[in-house]
Amino acid sequence: MTGTRSASLFALALLAPALIYILIIVAYPLFDTVVLSFTNAALRPTYDFVGWANYERIFGAGNFTEIILRTFIWTFFSVAAKMIIGTLGASLLNAAIPGQSVFRILTMPPWIVPMAIGIYMWAWMYNGQFGMISGLMQNFGLLSKPWPILAYGDSAFWATIVTDVWIGVPMVTIYMLAAMQSVPKDLYEAAWTDGAGRFYRFRKITLPLLVPALLTMSLLSLIATFNSFDIIYILTRGGPSGSTTTMIIDTYNTAMGSRKYGEGAARAVVISLFVTLFCIVYFRAVRRLQQGEAK
Amino acid sequence: MSDVARTTEAAAGTSSLSATTQAMARTAPRGRRSGRPMIDRYKWYEIVLLYAGMAVFLFFVLAPFIEGFLVSLKPLSQLFSTPYNFIPQNGSFDAYFTMWQSVPMLALYIFNSFFISTVVTLIVIAVVVPAAYAFARFQFGGSGILLGGFLAVNMFSGAVLLIPLFRLMRTMGLLNTYWAMIVPGAAFLIPSSIWLLRTYMMRIPRELDEAAWVDGASRLYTLRRVVLPLAMPGIVVVAIMTFIGAYAQQFIFALTFNSRSEFMPLPIGLFAFFGKQEVIWNELMAASFIGILPVMIVIVFLQRYLVAGLTAGAVKQ
Repeated sequence: MTGTRSASLFALALLAPALIYILIIVAYPLFDTVVLSFTNAALRPTYDFVGWANYERIFGAGNFTEIILRTFIWTFFSVAAKMIIGTLGASLLNAAIPGQSVFRILTMPPWIVPMAIGIYMWAWMYNGQFGMISGLMQNFGLLSKPWPILAYGDSAFWATIVTDVWIGVPMVTIYMLAAMQSVPKDLYEAAWTDGAGRFYRFRKITLPLLVPALLTMSLLSLIATFNSFDIIYILTRGGPSGSTTTMIIDTYNTAMGSRKYGEGAARAVVISLFVTLFCIVYFRAVRRLQQGEAK
Repeated sequence: MSDVARTTEAAAGTSSLSATTQAMARTAPRGRRSGRPMIDRYKWYEIVLLYAGMAVFLFFVLAPFIEGFLVSLKPLSQLFSTPYNFIPQNGSFDAYFTMWQSVPMLALYIFNSFFISTVVTLIVIAVVVPAAYAFARFQFGGSGILLGGFLAVNMFSGAVLLIPLFRLMRTMGLLNTYWAMIVPGAAFLIPSSIWLLRTYMMRIPRELDEAAWVDGASRLYTLRRVVLPLAMPGIVVVAIMTFIGAYAQQFIFALTFNSRSEFMPLPIGLFAFFGKQEVIWNELMAASFIGILPVMIVIVFLQRYLVAGLTAGAVKQ
């Protein structure tokens, strides 16, 4: 259709409902977060502007930089594990063995099932007295007494990562599988004719062609993991003694626990700045990849 | 369909075999016994390794479900006894019957979960279909930036915007109603749905719209009578993805914006029990399985669509 003015108006009219919806429910709150971060808003109906006081307070308190650092470590290990396990899983699913299609279905439940319910099941697994992990380890003589995994800072930290990886793996797996299946088959045939082994073919054909998909998925996974809330909230609420408090949990506790909306908003703004940064990196990477394809 | 055809089809990524892949499948050397091409034949230890790897991988993915299911079969007394027993002794399905008494509102929670997801899906489809069409067909000033803006919404989670959303819901008088969960829930599902449906609509030949246009049909008529019927399979995929997304993500808005138990979706309804001193774990797990059942059925019957939806929805550039 021609790009006349009436066409543009028609397109805008089509877009209007989605646009207005997002402007009210996402864009305005984002703007409001920034405004609130400069106020002392709390439960009472009115509030005053307090300048940079909230930011000075959170960065002055000392534990905020610790929380940022913890969030990054948590996110890094979770994304790395998701990518490695997901790519390995995809390679297995990509192998031409009988049962493939059943295995593919069996991969999906953690991603499809209500997230909170999956997390309740993990909560039971981590139970020291009666849960599967501690229980089986005791049965096999690896542990002499019950191990309440979520009660110790270190093990709780890694346990929340494991659950996050569990929820994220199916998506990475299915996505990487699709990427692997889009590799032209004749490349493998040609290499195979020249006597290249299976592992060699994987290293020299599959992996290089997967780089764009790996990069895209890592960045998407990074953003999702950075924003992860449900898992930590249900399993530990940020405890024990703050050892699983990531930025998002910290923001929630400040805003919804202590009802300090202004200070919570300041913390949310810091998160949003990081997310914006990741977004820029992501869009740049995607554009770079597209240009690479065009050449 | 033979295995050969299926693998080559998967490689081509299309539903019908192109001539070249068909020719390739025919000329590729085959193993004598299995009938699959020699390139796909594995030595016995490779097969063992593949299945062993698959078993470990699937165990990680399915362990919580296995454990959860076994727990739902164990009587409470056995649940809280040591030493730990993986396999239930004299297990029964009792918990699946007693839970309706212990959690009197369970049926309502399940209904709420479905109701919220259904309304979210209807809203998303109503908003997304015209928007996706606009992005798929029209080049207008700022369309690229707008599309990027929509995608950026995907990157922000509801948890970050909780404070202003809470205030917004309060101002609009939606706190403690179904709408407090539906309205924000739908917002965060709109962007990826637009992307998914736009990709689908771009594959509908432009000539069809143009032919209708030349015949004097109005733009709206073209959308309704030409494009919509052709886009129906895509719309169905988007609806399924949205429903599952809405069903899977019911937690934070329901936790924060609603405190009335008659509106609670299943995950939150169960969460209330979760926090109590004595958790009736076998019934909690049984109730969880009832909540999971519908999506499990969906997976089995619609997994093909899910894979298509996910791969496009993951923003493949």
